[in-house]
Order: sequence, then C-alpha cells, then structure tokens
Amino acid sequence: MPAPTAGQRPRPHAQAPAEVPISEKAKALAQLLQQTLADLGPDIGGSLGEVVATVAPEHLPEVARRVKESPDLAGDLLWCLSLVDYQDRFEAVYHVYSTQKNHRFVLKAGVSQGEPHLPSVMSVWPGADWYEREAHDLFGVVFEGHPNLAPLLLYEGFEGYPGRRSYPFYDYQEW
Amino acid sequence: MTVREALLLAGQLLGLLTALVVVVLSLIWLERKALARFQNRMGPMRVGFHGLLQPVADALKLLVKEDLVPTWADRALFWSAPLMVFVPSFVVWVTIPLAKEVVIRNLEMGLFYIVAFSILPVVGLVLAGWSSANKYAMLGSLRSAAQLVSYEIPIVMAVIALVMVPESLNLVTIVEGQRTVPYAALQPLGLALFLLAGVAEVGRTPFDIYFAESEVVGGPFVEYSGAHWSVFFLVEYINTFVVGVLVALLFLGGWTFPLVPEAAWLGFLWVVAKTYLVVLVMFWLRGTLPRLRVDQLMSFGWQLLVPLSFANIVITGFYKFYRWPGWTLTLMSLALLLLAGWLVYRRQTRPAAATAEEMLARARAYRRREA
Amino acid sequence: MSGIGEVTVGPFRPERPLDTVEMMLNMGPQHPSTHGVFRMVLWIDGERIVDVEPHIGYLHRGSEKLCEGEIYSEIITLFDRLDYVSNFNNELVFCMAVEKLAAIQVPERAQYIRLILCELNRIASHLLFYGTFGLDAGAMTPILYGFRDREKVQSLFEAVSGARLMHNYFRIGGVKQDLPADFRDRMTWLLGELRRGVDECDRLLTFGEVFLARTRDVGNIDAQTAIGLGLTGPNLRATGVPYDVRRADPYLVYDRLEFDIPVGDRGDCWDRYYVRVQEMRQSLRILEQALGQLPEGPIMAPVRRILRPPKGEVVAHAENPRGDFGVYLVSDGTDKPYRVKVRPPSFCHLMALKHLLRDCYVADCVMVLGSLDVVLGEVDR
Repeated sequence: MPAPTAGQRPRPHAQAPAEVPISEKAKALAQLLQQTLADLGPDIGGSLGEVVATVAPEHLPEVARRVKESPDLAGDLLWCLSLVDYQDRFEAVYHVYSTQKNHRFVLKAGVSQGEPHLPSVMSVWPGADWYEREAHDLFGVVFEGHPNLAPLLLYEGFEGYPGRRSYPFYDYQEW
Repeated sequence: MTVREALLLAGQLLGLLTALVVVVLSLIWLERKALARFQNRMGPMRVGFHGLLQPVADALKLLVKEDLVPTWADRALFWSAPLMVFVPSFVVWVTIPLAKEVVIRNLEMGLFYIVAFSILPVVGLVLAGWSSANKYAMLGSLRSAAQLVSYEIPIVMAVIALVMVPESLNLVTIVEGQRTVPYAALQPLGLALFLLAGVAEVGRTPFDIYFAESEVVGGPFVEYSGAHWSVFFLVEYINTFVVGVLVALLFLGGWTFPLVPEAAWLGFLWVVAKTYLVVLVMFWLRGTLPRLRVDQLMSFGWQLLVPLSFANIVITGFYKFYRWPGWTLTLMSLALLLLAGWLVYRRQTRPAAATAEEMLARARAYRRREA
Repeated sequence: MSGIGEVTVGPFRPERPLDTVEMMLNMGPQHPSTHGVFRMVLWIDGERIVDVEPHIGYLHRGSEKLCEGEIYSEIITLFDRLDYVSNFNNELVFCMAVEKLAAIQVPERAQYIRLILCELNRIASHLLFYGTFGLDAGAMTPILYGFRDREKVQSLFEAVSGARLMHNYFRIGGVKQDLPADFRDRMTWLLGELRRGVDECDRLLTFGEVFLARTRDVGNIDAQTAIGLGLTGPNLRATGVPYDVRRADPYLVYDRLEFDIPVGDRGDCWDRYYVRVQEMRQSLRILEQALGQLPEGPIMAPVRRILRPPKGEVVAHAENPRGDFGVYLVSDGTDKPYRVKVRPPSFCHLMALKHLLRDCYVADCVMVLGSLDVVLGEVDR
C-alpha cells in the first residue's frame, strides 16, 4: 500500500469512545444474572459486549456457587482471575465461561487497599488455585480458605508486591 | 604355560582389544549414518570422507575431557564400576570364533562361558548407580538390575533349546552343524526370543529403560564424564556386537551357510557381514520405535518371553525325542511365534482403525447439533 | 511441602528397618524432558508416583508489569515472548484487544493474512509438539520428521515477517508489510509438503504398538474435572468437549471457513496427541480455503502512531495452539495500558498435572507432561 499523502490522509481514530451495541444475547444474560443473584444485590453493567456483575467480596463464594450451579448460567469454567490495582482499591475480576451455554460473563469484587482479604473460590472452581496464588504473590491479596498460598511466580523471600502500581518500575532486585 | 605361550596369549588379547575398539568406532559411525538415513538427514559429513573419522574425533574429545567425580560419590566404587562392566564384555570374546580357526580358545563349554559372563555387567551398573550419589542414577541402576536379570532367563532358555539340536556347547561345533540348514530356519521362535532378549540385555530401544534419556537422564551413567563414561559407551557397543555375532553364529549359520568358503578369511568376512546385518536391524529398531515403560518391560519379559522360551524347549524336545523331520520343528516354532504376536496385539486396548474418521464424525455431529 | 529443604523421605521406623520409604525426586528445572525451566517434585515409591508438586516461576519476567510501562505498539514484542512457539497467535490476541477497545476496523486483507499466519503457526507448533512428544516416549525419529516440515513453515515466516522466531509482524490495525510477491506459489507448495509430512508423521507413530502401550489410558482426565480446572484447547477437546474459540466466539474470518473440530473420547495422552494431529489436517483445510479467498486491498487501518484508546476495559481471546489464550486489558485513556492480564492456557494445564499424575509411573509423568504441551514462557510470563 503506498503511503497516503498528507492531503488524502484519512482522519485517524479520535478519542471517541467505542460504541458497541448491546446484543440481545447480552441483555438476556444480564437479566439472568440479575435473577440468579437478586438477593445479593449485584450491580449489573456492561462493557464492550461483556456482561459485568459487581458483587460484594464477602458474597463471592455464594455468587460463584450459584452461577456455577444455575442451569441457565452454568458458568463451569473459570476462564481467568485478574486483579487490577486502582490505587484506592483492588478489583478482583473473574471471567467465567460456560461450556454448555457458550456464553461468558464477568464477576467483579472490589477490596480495599489496607490489608486486602478475599474469600477463595477454589471450592467452586478448582482451577482458581494458581490464579489465587499468583494474585497473592504479585498483589498481596490474601485468599481466605486457600489451602496453600506459597509463592508461585516469585522466589521465596521476595520483598514487596510487584503487581501493584506503587511498586517501583525500574528498580528491581537482582537474583 | 611357557613364556612363549603367555606372550602369545597377551599378544592375542592386545590384538583383540584393538580390534574391538576399531569395531566400536565403526559401529558408532554406522549407527549415526544409518539413523541419519532413517531420518532424512546426512549424519556426520565433515570429518574425513563422509564423516568416517568422526568417531575417532569424538573418542579423542572424550579422552581429554575432564573426569568429574561428584562430591558425595563413593570414589573407589565410582571408579571401579566401569571396569566391572568392561571386563565381562571383553572376556567373552576369548571363545567367540569369527571363522573356523579365528578363535583365541575354543572352549568345549564355550556357550555356557559366554552366558555366564554376560550377566556380570549388572553388578557394575548397580555399583555405578549407587556410588554416584544421584537419585536418577540410583533409579536407573535399579531398573538395569531388574531388566538384565529378567531378560537373562529367556536368553538362557533360548540357548538351551538351541544346543539341544547339535548336542554341544562348543561354538565351532554348533556352527559346523548348520551346513545344510541354519538354526534360524529350524527355530524361528528361538531366533526371535534370542534377538529380543538380546536387545533388552544391551539396553537398546525399545528396551533402553535404564538409560532413558527423557526419564532418568542417562541412568547409571548420569554422573560419569570423560574417559570413564567412554568406557560405558564402549561396552554398550561391544555388547551390541556380541549379540550380533552370537545371532550370526547360533542362528544364521556363521561361516558355513549358505556357502562354505574354503579360505578362513572368506568365512571371517561371512560372519562379519552377517553380524553387521543383525546390528543394522537393531539400529533400525532404534530409528523406529519408542521406549516401553518399566512395568510393560517386565510383563513382556516374564509373561511372554519366559513361557515362550520354555515352550521352545518343549517342542525342541519332541523333535529330538521322536526324531521328527526338521520341518515339523519349524512349523511348531512358527505357530508359537504367531500365537505370541497375536497375544501382544490383543492385549493392547487399541483405538479402532477408524478412529480418525470417528473423531471427525463426532465433530460433525456436534456441528449439526449446533446448527 | 512448599520448601526445598524439608523432609524428603517418609518417616523411618528403626524397629522395621526393611520398610520402604518414599523418595523425593527433583525433576527439573534442568531435566531434559520438562520442556523448559519447570520443576516438579515427585515423591516416588519405587517407580510409582505418590505425590507431585509442580513449581513454576523460573521464567517469570514480569511481562504484565512491563506492559504497563510501554506504549501500545511496543507491547506486541512482549507478547511475542510469551508463548514462544506460536508468536503470531499471541500478537494477534493483543492486537485484537486494542482494536476492540479503540473500535478500529481491520482491513479484510490484513485479517486474511493474520489468519493464514496464525494457522501456519498452529501447524508449526503442533509439529514441535509431535517431535518432543515422540522424544519423551523415547523415539528419536519423530522430532526430526517434525522439524523437517516445521523448517519449511519457518522459512515462509522469515520471508513474510523477516524473523524466524520473534516476528513482531502484526500491528494494531493490520500488519507490518504486505506479503511477498511469490507468497501464493510458496504457500501452494508448502501446503502440499505439509500434507505429505503430516501423513508421514501420523504413519510413523500413531498406531505403533509401543506408542499405544505408552499413551493409551495414561493420564486420563474426564470432561468435568478438565473444565473445573480450566483446561482449554486440544487438552479439553481430548476429553470430548468441543470447545474451540474459532467456533464458539469467531474472530478474524473464521466464520467464513469450513472446518471440523476433532475431539477425543477418553482424555488420555493418546487422545491429546491425536487431536493435535487431526488439528493439523484441519488447519491445512482452513489454509487452503483462506488462500483461495485472500482478497487484495489495504493491509493497515489508519491508526495513530501513538494510540490513546478510550477509557475502558476489554477482553480478547483466540484459539492458540495450546488453548484459549486471552488478554484482559484496562485502559485509562493514556498511551500506555493501565493493566494487562494475560490468560495463558498452559498455566491451567500445568495446574491439572497433579490430577493427571495420580497412580502413575515415573515414565508416565514425562508422557503426561509432554502431552499437555506447555510452554513455560506463557506460564511464568
């Protein structure tokens, strides 16, 4: 492709927020989540086609159990567990996929920065094991009920939590 | 023994040692070239004509390499283990004839002597593994003990069934008895037993359980380097050659079949050619097959080879006792061999031959459901 | 069980000195068949495995953290280094995430180029698996067969991207440069060669007596456990679950192509192996169609050099050779991402090792690890 000249150059993408129309499937899924978790007070939203349910951290195991056992949601595969450090709080993001229904949704739980504690969901999804260990390793979030929170990615005796935003970016320990 | 005799014997042994080293070098070259052929590549090409001098270069490299001893090793045992492996595989050559007159001492109990010595290396292997103070070496040496002792039985039994035919343990007599028909034709089962157990005895693929690069990282030799390691390497190839020679002599008719050359050197060439043929078959196995697991190796040995070798003795007994014609023994032997093959084939929970199609059929069924 | 220097053998009872004790065997990180720097601590009773504890992290480079300090276009190089046997697939996932976030439409030709390269990379990766799996089983020839054909794919990659291993070829909004002029001829030749090569590989190993003995009913896992542990890709499909992102959540132009998803039925090592062999054939089918449909046109969408996608978060995932590889990206509207989380399939596969190695032999442990086909680069990140 020849390089476009200055005059013809199409206008590059500006800061317009990406608009993804919410599909019917996502709407139905959001409704389903609302129904299943109604008494736990979830905050159902959406972002770029994903259905997100924000729940209180103490409800996590219950929420996990329900979304897994509900025949309509059937969230049997914990696709990923990510932690995001928003500096005032951590957010644990559980991406759940259903192999039976072929849909995905997101569970979120915020936790304060001081001494972050979250309940473990290993009893529901055994695959949460290493994700939780990793999160403990990099962010210092303690997962209560996890049988073995030994360091996974870092070596034993590593100081600090390198996943956090406050961890110095260029000063690293030689080992 | 006069001084003259002693000197002659010493000269013969020295000549034997040199010959063995040359044979091993040639085997290494042959194996690398043969495997390269199986694998669509060239093998060594740079050192000498088509890499002929590559084994020499490798040997020199090994000799000048530093000989490391692990800190926790038992030094005396660690250094004597290669010797214990080497001596038995060397002394069996005293009675192996390469032609009618080309033999150092033609013992009346020659075959018994060879079989008796061939089990001794296991002591060296176990000591090597134990003295290395390494868990992989330990695991490998225990594997070698189990394997060598188990596979000695089919070998001995196959030999017993064989010597029933010429009624002699003298190797020259055995070979001379094959002028009309080689024992491979008489006892195909015996040949299969001897070759399989022999391959297991020298630890070549698919029975290389105790070196098992991908499991125990070289087994008993994992801590050895330099000259000591090269002794093990030497022994491995000498043993391979011994198995080849024995198959050539005991089953393929040695220097007598199918032509009986007048000159001794022609007979010698005959034997060497047959030996290399057998050794090439072993290389071929190595280029084709994966390795068995240790429990599968044991059950293959004890549940299949040992009963078969006893059956082999029984049918040979019938043949000898009732003086049946030779082809009856061949037929019985072949029948047993086929039976064994069928048993092995049946044991395996094999996927149906149509699995590839089945897999795709399942996939298509899923797609239809989805649509 | 966490420490290195703790008790290594079971309790010794002096009153019964001939009792056997368990031995601790440290497999890795320098063991030849741990496929990279992976360590597992085995407790063995003779040849039987009693317990296993996998240890990872030897290759941890902090890739996710590094992403937070790089502008978007530079991160592609970091993704190359995650799963270093299927680089194109990794680059693709990151590019897709940013494109989704910034609503960039990738031109059709670029999509086809990406698809072709990703599928070729899948074949290359599976051929590597084929070779190393054969080596784990103790066969020497498969690796040379596998590499013979992989080499042809690699030289095509070199012609296209200029690099053999770390391609850095995909860009946000398209690809770096157009295909070489003789691409179509080379591909036609390559497809024939690969078809022949895959058939030959299949004949060499698959239904061999010894190979079957080593792999059939070894390391079985049922679908339910596999899903619970987060297994994806060929390892999940071997248990009979036909989950493939290319079908379940089509990206690029996979919805225009005809292909099947091979599945196994027992979830043992042989199934995991054979699903991959069949996948190579399906990839060849996809490649043939994609090559026929490959349109002319631009290869790059108009994208700013220094991209500032809007605030928000996005998930993108694709079917890597190893499984469902995904990226969770949080943007705060600046030129660098706020948080990048990689979802590596091999991470979950290694987690399953403890379940797969129940009641196994030491030799099986090598086979099971080989059949999972993990790449430590993406496990440790």
